Amino acid sequence: MSMLEKTLGWVDDRFPLTKMWKEHLSEYYAPKNFNFWYFFGSLALMVLVMQILTGIWLTMSYKPDAELAFASVEFIMRDVEWGWLIRYLHSTGASAFFVVVYLHMFRGLMYGSYKKPRELIWLFGMFIYLALMAEAFMGYLLPWGQMSYWGAQVIVSLFGAVPFVGGELATWIRGDFVIGDATLNRFFAFHVIALPIVLLGLVVAHIIALHEVGSNNPDGVEIKKNKGADGKPVDGIPFHPYYSVKDIVGVVVFLFFFAAVIFFAPELGGWFLEKDNFVPADPLKTPEHIVPLWYFTPFYAILRAVPPIGVSQFPGVVAMGMAIVMLFLLPWLDRSPVKSIRYRGVIYKFFLAMFVVSFIVLGWLGTQPAGGIYLILSQIFSITYFLFFILMPWYTKIDKTKPVPERVTFK
Amino acid sequence: MKKIIIALLMVSFSGLASAAGGKIHLDEANIDLTDKASLQRGAKLFNNYCLNCHSASFMRYNRMGKDLGISDKLVEANLIFSQDKVGDLMKVAMTTEDGASWFGTPPPDLSVIARAKGSGDVGANWLYTYFRSFYVDESRPFGMNNTVFKDVGMPHVLWELQGMQKLVNAEEVAKGAIPEFALVSTGSMTTDEYDTAARDLTNFLVYVGEPSKLKRLSLGGWVLGFLVFFFFVAYAMKKEFWKDIH
Repeated sequence: MSMLEKTLGWVDDRFPLTKMWKEHLSEYYAPKNFNFWYFFGSLALMVLVMQILTGIWLTMSYKPDAELAFASVEFIMRDVEWGWLIRYLHSTGASAFFVVVYLHMFRGLMYGSYKKPRELIWLFGMFIYLALMAEAFMGYLLPWGQMSYWGAQVIVSLFGAVPFVGGELATWIRGDFVIGDATLNRFFAFHVIALPIVLLGLVVAHIIALHEVGSNNPDGVEIKKNKGADGKPVDGIPFHPYYSVKDIVGVVVFLFFFAAVIFFAPELGGWFLEKDNFVPADPLKTPEHIVPLWYFTPFYAILRAVPPIGVSQFPGVVAMGMAIVMLFLLPWLDRSPVKSIRYRGVIYKFFLAMFVVSFIVLGWLGTQPAGGIYLILSQIFSITYFLFFILMPWYTKIDKTKPVPERVTFK
Repeated sequence: MKKIIIALLMVSFSGLASAAGGKIHLDEANIDLTDKASLQRGAKLFNNYCLNCHSASFMRYNRMGKDLGISDKLVEANLIFSQDKVGDLMKVAMTTEDGASWFGTPPPDLSVIARAKGSGDVGANWLYTYFRSFYVDESRPFGMNNTVFKDVGMPHVLWELQGMQKLVNAEEVAKGAIPEFALVSTGSMTTDEYDTAARDLTNFLVYVGEPSKLKRLSLGGWVLGFLVFFFFVAYAMKKEFWKDIH
């Protein structure tokens, strides 16, 4: 027995290292017919790790202090060795995270990955999405630019729309009557400690749940129903090495686009770094257009689409919350007997397309000034956004589905 | 096909952002960050004319010297007019309170002004046009106004170079026309010389906005090149492993 084997044996007697390696990698059987859309889960994990690492290095030079924060970011950009690269990796990584997560979620919608028995995977995933939104929102305050400041001002004031306790609630969140040093410090604490811990815990739960029931696939066929004599799914292949080597290819392609942004357009025309955020926060000067970053704009458009009752924005806030709650309910709204879009009828395809168009158009509308035709469009697309969910129990039931094959289709 | 969709998404993002960029007419600055002579002339203009009221307080003198090819000795002798050391940040003595009481609003720090005025070339174009758009307006406290930055609090500091100009087509400009100016008194520079000076100063401010930009751009090609190369390696490895999957 070699030294290495001896050491491994010693560890295995005390910690299930080999067992875990097998369960989650070398003997985790994944369907062999994964397509393009199955890259985004592993990519999301990679981006998370990258955000944590770059975040640690940023924290070494960043100062969570209203007087120093803006200057400390520019210190990182100029005086810290490779600081500009670490900062761009982190700022671009935030947007990239939402790009891959949105595509990952869309994959789930297309192939019915939220349906029984994967409801909990979907719920954990939705909680990851919520935590990610909080993480991104709080992180965006830290550079302490004008858009950081006024974006936080607008979002926190939404809590003020809650009847009766709203004002008190908003003050409690800010720790002050306006966004200030106290807010910056607590957002920093949440951004670098509380939420990353929550995110990591949820990601572990998401993956454990996934490996418990097994991965879905573009055909929506349960590969565990067809096992060979050896007890392994005939359409399954070990995650490692097959998907580990395949995912490396996905990582390289992703990094190509990611690096293109970082090195040649880190602001991406104002979509990843807004120009107003190169102006230090000034509580006395409100920017002309206060716009959240692109990944929040669909919900921002829904918020603005709903007319206030009197002066209260509460109905809009509720609608915005419901837009996210609806996603949580998907596993129980979908009554179709099949999972994958490949075997669904034309009605589901129509509604899914309508949903995607609504989401993208709302995202664009959220960046535009409210009012006039933009307001009417926001209202129309908010309604179509909700119709996708509200009518789902009905249209998934009457939709004509095609027969699902016994085995997955491959090549 | 799906990769194309993502690429298109990225492109349409940047297109939308530039389409949303305001109605003020901006001239093309056409700056060149690799033109060290231009950057050096810009630094001279900046330190002589701007760095009295405006700071560039995230930038160090010696970093500027290093990037622009000016030795510390020359920087100390020609570009530092205060008691600052060459390793200090480019700060000014004027306090925020003084600035506010003298100009109505404190002169902003200019470290990242080129980035604050717009991403891509927009910030440079804004600054370049701004420097050339001061005109006589007796209704303003300093007797000057600017078509790019209406009712700006700043006087026309570069007047002795450019001379004074008046706005010829004020009424049309109000309706969205491109401003036209005519000199009412000449400065020490011709119009062409002044345009070059404005370009140099813009070039310098873009440099100060992101000193590592040239390094970023030159490194980018190597990184993308490596990723293309590594794609073939990774793809070949994937092919090799997947040969036995049927």
